Amino acid sequence: MDLFLQELINGVTLGAIYGLIAIGYTMVYGIIGMVNFAHGDVFMLSAFIALLFLLLLTQKLGVTFMPVVFVLAALGSMLMTSVWNWAIERIAYRPLRGSFRLAPLISAIGMSIFLSNFVQVAQGPRNKPIANPFGRSINLTHGGQFDVTMSYSDIIIVVVTIVLLAGFWFMVRYTSLGRSQRACEQDMKMAALLGVDVNRTVSLTFIIGAALAAVAGSLYLMKYGVINFADGFLPGTKAFTAAVLGGIGSLPGAVLGGLLIGLIETFWSAYFSTDYKDIAAFSILAITLVFLPSGLLGRPEVEKV
Amino acid sequence: MSVTTKPERASGQPDIAEALKQAVWAALAAIALSIPILLFRAGANINNMLVVTARPVLVAGLVAAIFVARFLIVIWQSGRTTRTKSAGFAISPQTAFRLKGLLVVLLIAYPFIMYGLTGPLGSLKWINNYGIQILIYVMLGWGLNIVVGLAGLLDLGYVAFYAVGAYSYALLSTKFGLSFWICLPLAGLLASLWGMILGFPVLRLRGDYLAIVTLAFGEIIRMILINWTAFSNGYAGISSIPHVSFFGLPFEDDDSHPTFASFFHLHYKPIQQTIFLYFLILGLSLLTYFVTMRIRRLPIGRAWEALREDEIACRSLGINTTITKLTAFSLGAMFAGFAGSFFAVRQGFVSPDSFTFIESATILAIVVLGGLGSQIGVAFAAALMIGGTEILRELGFLKYVFGPQFDPVQYRMLIFGAGMVVMMIFRPRGLVSTRTPSIFLNEARTISSANVKEGHG
Repeated sequence: MDLFLQELINGVTLGAIYGLIAIGYTMVYGIIGMVNFAHGDVFMLSAFIALLFLLLLTQKLGVTFMPVVFVLAALGSMLMTSVWNWAIERIAYRPLRGSFRLAPLISAIGMSIFLSNFVQVAQGPRNKPIANPFGRSINLTHGGQFDVTMSYSDIIIVVVTIVLLAGFWFMVRYTSLGRSQRACEQDMKMAALLGVDVNRTVSLTFIIGAALAAVAGSLYLMKYGVINFADGFLPGTKAFTAAVLGGIGSLPGAVLGGLLIGLIETFWSAYFSTDYKDIAAFSILAITLVFLPSGLLGRPEVEKV
Repeated sequence: MSVTTKPERASGQPDIAEALKQAVWAALAAIALSIPILLFRAGANINNMLVVTARPVLVAGLVAAIFVARFLIVIWQSGRTTRTKSAGFAISPQTAFRLKGLLVVLLIAYPFIMYGLTGPLGSLKWINNYGIQILIYVMLGWGLNIVVGLAGLLDLGYVAFYAVGAYSYALLSTKFGLSFWICLPLAGLLASLWGMILGFPVLRLRGDYLAIVTLAFGEIIRMILINWTAFSNGYAGISSIPHVSFFGLPFEDDDSHPTFASFFHLHYKPIQQTIFLYFLILGLSLLTYFVTMRIRRLPIGRAWEALREDEIACRSLGINTTITKLTAFSLGAMFAGFAGSFFAVRQGFVSPDSFTFIESATILAIVVLGGLGSQIGVAFAAALMIGGTEILRELGFLKYVFGPQFDPVQYRMLIFGAGMVVMMIFRPRGLVSTRTPSIFLNEARTISSANVKEGHG
């Protein structure tokens, strides 16, 4: 029971991070119908930017109160990662709208390789460890096989994710940007004819996706305390798996998928073997795409001739 | 970085003001992107604590370079009023045949020319690093070209079959002592079997989803190789794989039994084995080329190309898409298996590190750069990308310009990635931008790539 509770906590926090990244995949797929292969690397980049802001604030500006440092670093990372993703869309994807179908995907793969190697060249190939800014944790149980703990980071991750998702849901549902997004998702040409600025909407979608990925990146850095230039690929693929599992194009699906993937991964590691935990995620990806391509909450895609 | 230029501007006159404006925007964007990821670097100090150091000179240099580049590009673009679409250079079939013949003769003569020019020690680098290395990727590119270029199925896990081939030879030779010449066809068979096994579940998928599932399969196979240590020895890999023999005659300096050198009454030199490996991979590549060219003329090859252009039309015309897709997967996988077992015999060592996603992406980049479906283009792209990597290794003198920490090789994948993006934007049909349909009425016509539309698939 103790193990179960502990893994549940770990799984939910990991799942929250995956869910935040998965929203970036699912929104972009919903609107322009491409798998933004570079999104995992945008996540990695955002964690690096957060790390740099964190170090700048503590070392150059001498701010020592960790919650403030962390919030500022996360906000800075959101801003700068948004600029990056805006530029990426502008340079690598927008010229390819209307090109043959595989062109944006190949371009995104190129972008993914570029980003991870750019960070490697700019920041060096080694792991970047930081001290945990919120070291303390709460003991939930006593006297069992071991104490079930919940760190402050875990609580922060869950709270931040819930708040962001609520705000995000409100935005998609009630603001004019959300309406434009949903219009573009249904029919981009018709939306353009009715006066929706498609380019602006797509740009904003990439910016929002990047901002959420930056939150995920900052939280990831806070929880795991280490980041490496190659860390974009696996979380990115798992988040994509989450998006697919929840039904690509569906926002609640992305979060649900993220939670499921996070839980499956942690429980798999706890009860079976850590060696094969990545295989579990990849197998779910393959099985979902083959047998349930519309996911848990997605609408089935109608093939147009 | 907007690419729009004013259309009503007087033709032929470079618009300096517009170019300056664009360049300033590009430079501003570059500054914004450089903060903080490029301007600051988190490095570990002696206590293994991270400390940040600022690099303003680097960022300033980069921003200046982007400013100048953007300025020149806008000037250059405005100089050309209408974008002339090149109609594709048409070469008559006879000339093309002669050119290819000449190329093959040159490739056969290549190791001897290099041996003559640079001697036994210098030529080792030229034959091994440039010759063999490039030819492996030419072969892999041609193999993947069957799947991606001809059948239009984007496969991101192609390296899995390369791994199957390499591990087949490595395991069969070390565990059962089978010779390379028995393992080579076996490796091809096993890889094509795996191509079919992995191809079967993805038959219904298309486009992006197909790509992602094949990526997942590729990663699953690599992780099994890492984790199933009893089978594959995990991360450590399999070492001391037997070397290649000249159809049973080993390349050894040993007089007690017949060797290659003693059989042909030569003095033993290590370069003999390298040259033989060169001819082996050349032969395998040419085999891939000819098999593909011949199959393109068979009904199945035509079905592949039809599948690439439009899957629904294909099905309506009664083509069995299941068999068409599976043959493409298994044939492509077979050549990867051959290449893999060649890789194992050349290295004498295999480990899962050689079969990462980056490898798949590299092969895909070669096929994309070469122009999906163009055989010669793929060969040139492989030479350019792999040869380019080797040339980066030679650029050690740049250390004197940029400081001792500058290592040109680490920019290799950076250039690869940027190259893929740039290719998709400017030449989505590849460097050799024409593709001739294998089947035509009356006479062969070269169709400009601009007129060829890709189907959804």
